[in-house]
Amino acid sequence: MNLMEHMGIESDRIHFSWISSAESTKFVKVVKEVTEKVKALGPQQHFKKNDAKVA
Amino acid sequence: MLDYIDKIKEISERLLKDCSVEMVIGFRKGTLPMMNEPCFARTPEDVGQFVWDSNCGINLANYLTDRKERIGIVAKGCDTRNIATHIIENKISREQLVVIGVPCKGMIDKHKIATLFADEIQTVTENGEKILVTAGGKETPLNKSDVLQKNCAVCTHRNPVFYDELAAEKVEEQQDVDRYADVQEIEAMDTQEKWDYFESLLSPCIRCYACKNACPLCYCPTCFVDEAKPQWVGKGQDPTDVRTFHFLRAFHCAGRCTDCGACERACPVGINMRVFTKKLEKDCFEQFGWEAGMSLDERPPLDTYRPNDPNDFIK
Ligand code: SF4
Ligand code: SF4
Repeated sequence: MNLMEHMGIESDRIHFSWISSAESTKFVKVVKEVTEKVKALGPQQHFKKNDAKVA
Repeated sequence: MLDYIDKIKEISERLLKDCSVEMVIGFRKGTLPMMNEPCFARTPEDVGQFVWDSNCGINLANYLTDRKERIGIVAKGCDTRNIATHIIENKISREQLVVIGVPCKGMIDKHKIATLFADEIQTVTENGEKILVTAGGKETPLNKSDVLQKNCAVCTHRNPVFYDELAAEKVEEQQDVDRYADVQEIEAMDTQEKWDYFESLLSPCIRCYACKNACPLCYCPTCFVDEAKPQWVGKGQDPTDVRTFHFLRAFHCAGRCTDCGACERACPVGINMRVFTKKLEKDCFEQFGWEAGMSLDERPPLDTYRPNDPNDFIK
């Protein structure tokens, strides 16, 4: 994760969490947070292929 | 360092003569200046080819992977650390090896020296701290300290970590070096700058894989970049694929890289891909107090659990 951030990927795009199958509320909370953070950043511009280059 | 050579030859010859090893891996002069190449001496006569100077930057640990015979190996500080990593990873056993340790005073940066001259370089000779370069028929003296490989300039483990024979007296380790100045420079950039920095760094990459072939850590029989089913990464020059190769390779070297500089040295277009591995090397040092290959008994951070491992990134 540090290296991703180091090479120019916004750290808010990368999330780690440990959620037990019994922790439904934590799951919802984390998903909400992730969506909010990623939405705030907007669409990913780097590190993606715009169209698959097939011969 | 030139004076090491007699001792290296003497030890190698003795080992081969009394049959304590089947071959000794060292260096011989390459066909081009500043390009010493590995030399595999199997008879006492072969030992005559051995050389030692400031162009021995290739990491010889690379040639030990899965060998079955008894081997003598000429090893600088960083080489011994990579040998230790090989031993820990069961790629060779300690009993098979006779390590001829060479206290190192740094290797010279062939990319840097080449850029200093407009003409092709004909010869490079050295005398202690002085390097004499002949290019276009003209001789130019250089200070070795000005043209050291970047990793050697900040190296703090010049002496072999372990050895059976020593080719010379140990050298003094460098004390006041800022090992991570280059990493910190990148850390200080903002996200876009970082992205652009790596984009321009990698733009000349031709995916020749010389870097991974020179690296002693990259010994997998099939590298992830070569796999086709599944294909983890595209095989062309698409910048996303080039970046994926480099950063994934770096992750595979996490906690194992000794910053020996063999990868950077091997690159035909002069890319410093060590900026990837070095970040991880720094993280390992800061977060786990780990420097790869410093001991044969300690397990690396990636396969050890400690209750106080940093885990703030997990929410
Ligand atoms: S990644 Fe480069 S510096 Fe690190 S061990 Fe491999 S060749 Fe040496
Ligand atoms: S050696 Fe250089 S050009 Fe070749 S794959 Fe590595 S970085 Fe790219």
